[in-house]
Amino acid sequence: MKEIVHLSRRSFLKNGILVGGGLTLGFYLPLRGSLSGASNPSGVTFMPNAFIRIGTDDKVTIIVNKSEMGQGVYTSLPMLVAEELEVDWTKIRVEAAPVDPAYNHTQWGAQGTGGSTSVWSEWDRLRKAGATARVMLINAAAEIWKVDPASCRAEKGFIIQKGTGQRISYGKLVEKASQMKVPKDVPLKEPKDFKVIGKSMKRLDTPEKTNGEAIFGMDVKIPGMLTAVVVRPPVFGGNVKSFNAKKAKAIPGVKEVVQVDSGVAVIAEGFWSASKGREALEIVWDEGILAKLATKGMHEEFERLAKTPGAVAKKKGNPQQVFSKAAKQLHAEYEVPYLAHACMEPLNCLVDLHDNRCEIWTGTQLQTLDRDAAARVAGLKPEQVNIHTTFLGGGFGRRGNPQSDFVAEAVSVAKVIKKPVKVIWTREDDMKGGYYRPMWYDRIAAGLDDQGNLIAWQHTIVGQSILSGTPFDPKKDVDPASVEGAEDIPYEIQNILVDLHSPKIGIPVQWWRSVGHSHTAFVVESFMDEVAHSVGKDPYEFRRKLLMKRPRHLGVLKLAAEKFGWGKPLPKGHGRGIAVHESFGSFVAQVAEVSVNPSGKVHVHKVVCAIDCGRIVNPDTIKAQMESGIVFGLSAVLYGEITFESGRVNQSNFHDYPLLRMNEMPVVEVHIVPSEEKSGGVGEPGVPPIAPAVCNAIFSVTGKRIRRLPIRVEELKKDLKS
Amino acid sequence: MISLEVNGKRYEVDVRPDTPLLWVIRETLGLTGTKYGCGMALCGACTVHVDGEAIRSCVTPVSSVDGKRITTIEGIGKTKEGKAIQEAWISDDVPQCGYCQSGQIMAAVALLKRNPRPADAEIDETMSGILCRCGTYQRIRQAIHRASKKMAQGGKR
Repeated sequence: MKEIVHLSRRSFLKNGILVGGGLTLGFYLPLRGSLSGASNPSGVTFMPNAFIRIGTDDKVTIIVNKSEMGQGVYTSLPMLVAEELEVDWTKIRVEAAPVDPAYNHTQWGAQGTGGSTSVWSEWDRLRKAGATARVMLINAAAEIWKVDPASCRAEKGFIIQKGTGQRISYGKLVEKASQMKVPKDVPLKEPKDFKVIGKSMKRLDTPEKTNGEAIFGMDVKIPGMLTAVVVRPPVFGGNVKSFNAKKAKAIPGVKEVVQVDSGVAVIAEGFWSASKGREALEIVWDEGILAKLATKGMHEEFERLAKTPGAVAKKKGNPQQVFSKAAKQLHAEYEVPYLAHACMEPLNCLVDLHDNRCEIWTGTQLQTLDRDAAARVAGLKPEQVNIHTTFLGGGFGRRGNPQSDFVAEAVSVAKVIKKPVKVIWTREDDMKGGYYRPMWYDRIAAGLDDQGNLIAWQHTIVGQSILSGTPFDPKKDVDPASVEGAEDIPYEIQNILVDLHSPKIGIPVQWWRSVGHSHTAFVVESFMDEVAHSVGKDPYEFRRKLLMKRPRHLGVLKLAAEKFGWGKPLPKGHGRGIAVHESFGSFVAQVAEVSVNPSGKVHVHKVVCAIDCGRIVNPDTIKAQMESGIVFGLSAVLYGEITFESGRVNQSNFHDYPLLRMNEMPVVEVHIVPSEEKSGGVGEPGVPPIAPAVCNAIFSVTGKRIRRLPIRVEELKKDLKS
Repeated sequence: MISLEVNGKRYEVDVRPDTPLLWVIRETLGLTGTKYGCGMALCGACTVHVDGEAIRSCVTPVSSVDGKRITTIEGIGKTKEGKAIQEAWISDDVPQCGYCQSGQIMAAVALLKRNPRPADAEIDETMSGILCRCGTYQRIRQAIHRASKKMAQGGKR
């Protein structure tokens, strides 16, 4: 009988990720434990490193340390491994990584997913993981056959010997390969030899997402589990003064009503009882210092601040002096509102807390921070907390909360009730729960000489800092997330000033798909359009001239314009607008075709998008992410707005926070620039250009410049009449 | 006791009569493919078929479907239209995060049952009831056409 050594994951991984030297490892991997059991009935596997496990049944499990929230990492990252491992794509299964330093982000020092970083940050590590495993399998086969390893090659899950043609499957090599030394510095393939990278591989998670089998945090069930809803203060920073749970506890199915730091939790047998209990609950709130907060007042304060000098984010040349002497000056103010992420899956978190361990099931983007926060709340050591990352029903930044709000709260509920409990946020809880994309107010100006050349640029930004107070706080006057896309404006301008005010308001804010770029692209690219029109230039040609030293910007700009047919006649009443923006290491240009009906309703007919994201891993995923970013951005252009009155969030559900629907979906065409540059991101860069492209198109057909989002149909209608 | 037939299987459930069908399906029967998104029939993530009709289970009290025949995403693949839609969804790699897709598929199947060859306008009208935050709409449109064509070809053979 084989000896199966059960090591705790932690000690296994701490002792160096790579294990060899006679150990045959069988161990429990938390998520989809049943699946891994099924694939390895004997428990014997070859795990050359933290990312690959091969079973005697030839199944190859790739352990992915990034959260799948729609962006396709459960496919693109396995592609990096598969390219070097030489494995049959149909034999691959994916498993979510547990929390462990072995799975830390290569750049962050903690486990997490965000910033459109997954592919480029794992580009080397995962290919090496695959190549190392392949070499060990080759060496194992060579030893069994007593031949030179150089005479063996790997192909689709088999090692084949050149001379004899004999072959052996990876599954049959599991035991032997586990005894092989882990080779160092294994050479990686040249891009010209890629068979998987660069091909449109089918997503590995599609089948289970079409038959109801995919498990999101909301779907996890464990024995004895209760469901809780938490009533949180109506005003941010508020607190429970007192509560009366008598009527709530009388609702059948309600088990307990308890106070936690974030509010009052109603714990019941299921969601409906919990909801009914919550309706019956009486709470008196101390609303705190934000009880009078209103969007109108904030807006006035932002407007006032924008007229004063802020912290300098960028200074080039002598902007003030050149500006004062400019032959022509242009000024404008732009505004964007707070925005909710509105993931289709409302937040939720399941916690099973014991005396010496804590199991958590949730869709999170920041495993390490959440684990540490859970440990603090539970009074455990971090290594006693295990997070099972499920599929995320959308993330867009919200599920990467630096305060671990939805995880810490659920642990605090479990701590009181001492039973497994899933905290479910209702849609209303989710919408009103804060951590919004900040509201921003921008004051921007351009100076032109008497030839119509752009000689000076001044841009003042006002908005809450996202990074301040988080573990990512740069502790500087200028939060880079507030000015990204503005301080690095790509246009050839000799005199530039970008400055920033970061008022402290107390509304929880957070990164929202494309972060600062979600607003700076709108402002910079809309205003650049204003400048072009002010001197009677075509906005595409005007940009081209100022981007001559920026080949990648220029490449996507030209490609989008050409593919759209820039300059060709459009149907009557249609207009076009163009925008280009760099974010997260990628370059995206979009041309939008729109019409505006007499009642002011904007119809986006078509968007042509060009992207240069460097080296391409999965072209179809890139296309999907561009389509996705465009829709996400369009919802913000047309509808998205979180506003405050008496400290309360006005919006609650999809009737007052609408999202784009199918009948409003434009035709989206995506073109990818072939490139050997380092990979950039694709999850976020599709978002920034769509707002300016659409608003520039509206200007071209109506003459009305949109400087405040979302577009107000009534205002546009009025302007159309005048 | 309320009696339900879900995906061909009979259940007797003892729940509050005002409990929305959604939570009975998810929590009492353990079929978690049907999703909660809004609780107000605004997003369509909870769409199931009751006697062949697409309905929003989040606002349907379970007492109102006593004795009815219910199909969820877990059972839809057994129908001709359901199978064609699921295959088309895979061909076009429609889902991203996937959370809304059960609702999308249930709505698309109901559409094809009603009209096996829908034009874009009818697809848009029917499908605009189901929100997708990831923006898979273009692929949904494409996949419905694909399923529709495939079904037509299948019928000729």
